[in-house]
Amino acid sequence: MRSPRLSSINRSEKSLFPYLFSLLFLSAFLDSWWRAGVRPSAFFEKEGREHLWKFLSGMFPPDLSWNFLSLMFHPALETIQISVMGTFIAVVMGFPLGILGTRTFSVGGVLNEADVKGSLSRLVLRWTSYCMARGILSLFRSIPEFVWAFMFVRAVGLGAFSGVLAIGVAYGGMLGKVYSEIFEGVNYRPLEALQSTGANKLQIFFYGWLPQVLPNFVSYTLYRWECAVRASAILGLVGAGGLGTQIEISMRMFNFSEVLTILIILFFMVAGVDYLSAKVRAIL
Amino acid sequence: MNQYRLEKVTKVFDHRLVAVDEIDLRVQSGERAALIGPSGAGKTTLFRMLNCTLRPTAGKLWINGDEVVTLHGKRLRQVRRKIGTIYQQHNLVPRLKVAHNVLAGNLGQWSTVRSLISLVRPVDLEMAYRALRQVGIEEKIFTRTDELSGGQQQRVAIARVLIQDPEVILADEPVSSVDPSLATVIVKLLLEISERTRKTLLMNLHSVDLALAYFPRVIGIKNGKALFDLSPDKVSDSLLEELYSGHLPDNHENGLTDEESKALVYQ
Repeated sequence: MRSPRLSSINRSEKSLFPYLFSLLFLSAFLDSWWRAGVRPSAFFEKEGREHLWKFLSGMFPPDLSWNFLSLMFHPALETIQISVMGTFIAVVMGFPLGILGTRTFSVGGVLNEADVKGSLSRLVLRWTSYCMARGILSLFRSIPEFVWAFMFVRAVGLGAFSGVLAIGVAYGGMLGKVYSEIFEGVNYRPLEALQSTGANKLQIFFYGWLPQVLPNFVSYTLYRWECAVRASAILGLVGAGGLGTQIEISMRMFNFSEVLTILIILFFMVAGVDYLSAKVRAIL
Repeated sequence: MNQYRLEKVTKVFDHRLVAVDEIDLRVQSGERAALIGPSGAGKTTLFRMLNCTLRPTAGKLWINGDEVVTLHGKRLRQVRRKIGTIYQQHNLVPRLKVAHNVLAGNLGQWSTVRSLISLVRPVDLEMAYRALRQVGIEEKIFTRTDELSGGQQQRVAIARVLIQDPEVILADEPVSSVDPSLATVIVKLLLEISERTRKTLLMNLHSVDLALAYFPRVIGIKNGKALFDLSPDKVSDSLLEELYSGHLPDNHENGLTDEESKALVYQ
């Protein structure tokens, strides 16, 4: 006699699902290859090869003349400053929205049960603020920072501030979303104990929630700052200041050696930021 | 005066896990009682209703004459402030210094701004020190809480309740993580505090011996119901046997494992 367990194993082995799924995956993959115009041979065709060679050989040697480097000092500094201010604005917006967008803070779980139950007005208010916070965060991060920069350049004019705003808004959305996920992952028992002393929500947040997640919170924020350095360099391409503007100018003038210099500067900047944030994380 | 009055109080988690089942109970203010019974009997859930963390699914619960369903917002926090809870797992914030965990007992009285200032620079260290000296670990005041042993953490939790200075102390298995000799000391300390300051004291205890030896009233809880509610000299061996017989709680009838029930209770 077959045990029920054995027969269920046999059934799952005979299932068509893995085959169907593999087939579906394969066809999706091939279709994407074709429609996205993936064409590795482009590198080996005569024309492509020549363009590539012109670009690469034009890059070397990089333009390390003092004249050019001193010109790049200000844009490089500006890129860092855009990233710092952009991340600052992102934290200022993302932090409160992230708190409100944390389900266990706003609407559910043991920290809301007694307060919300039997009070419809409270329930409606909590859900409204939760959904609004979530909605704003989604809106902010679903539009790429590049597009935000386009809009802010129109609104506040060319220059660094539009880059700051673009990073602030787009990254605020990302930070808020990830903050709320970090906040959801805490141990709730200490929070329950704080609540039972008569503490209000904000007190519980700063005494119980934040200390538990602080290392995660700081390291994710620093990681986003690293990303912001790269992003702020790119945003210059649409006129939002910084190194990107210089890349754009050099590209347009076919000065590829200058492009390489700027990329090297960018590399060292990102590496430096990376090193700095690793140091900070090690302290925590 | 009635500190607590319960009429058919029931708590069901997720429509299927009956943790507390139609309990009737009255506790006078200043009274000291021990609750005993097998694990999973619903003692902790009962305490979490008594300290206004959970709301009963059915039945009525009065605290000091206030029915809990009417309590929201500020009023709710005021009632919670008067009930101090000591948890089985201490429930301290691990990464904070001991001083902050102890001073957290003040949060119900402090304004939000004041409590934030205190996180940067503790505002009433003297008070924290005195509370810690009462439980004998004043030298740990600046230690990070997660560096303490289980027994030391339990004493920090007691110090927090001392600071909170509530009218009621609910102690949920306060001695399950300490060695037996210290267990007696802690139980006696809590009894002494409640006697000296006329606080109501309810304690969940694993140890039947401690309950019978030190408490004037012993309540046996099984399967979410009160099996008996007597003075210790009337608690017979046969009653205790009945209390702990068939140790596994009924929860398994609804197809839930211990892990699953825990997940339901602590979401």
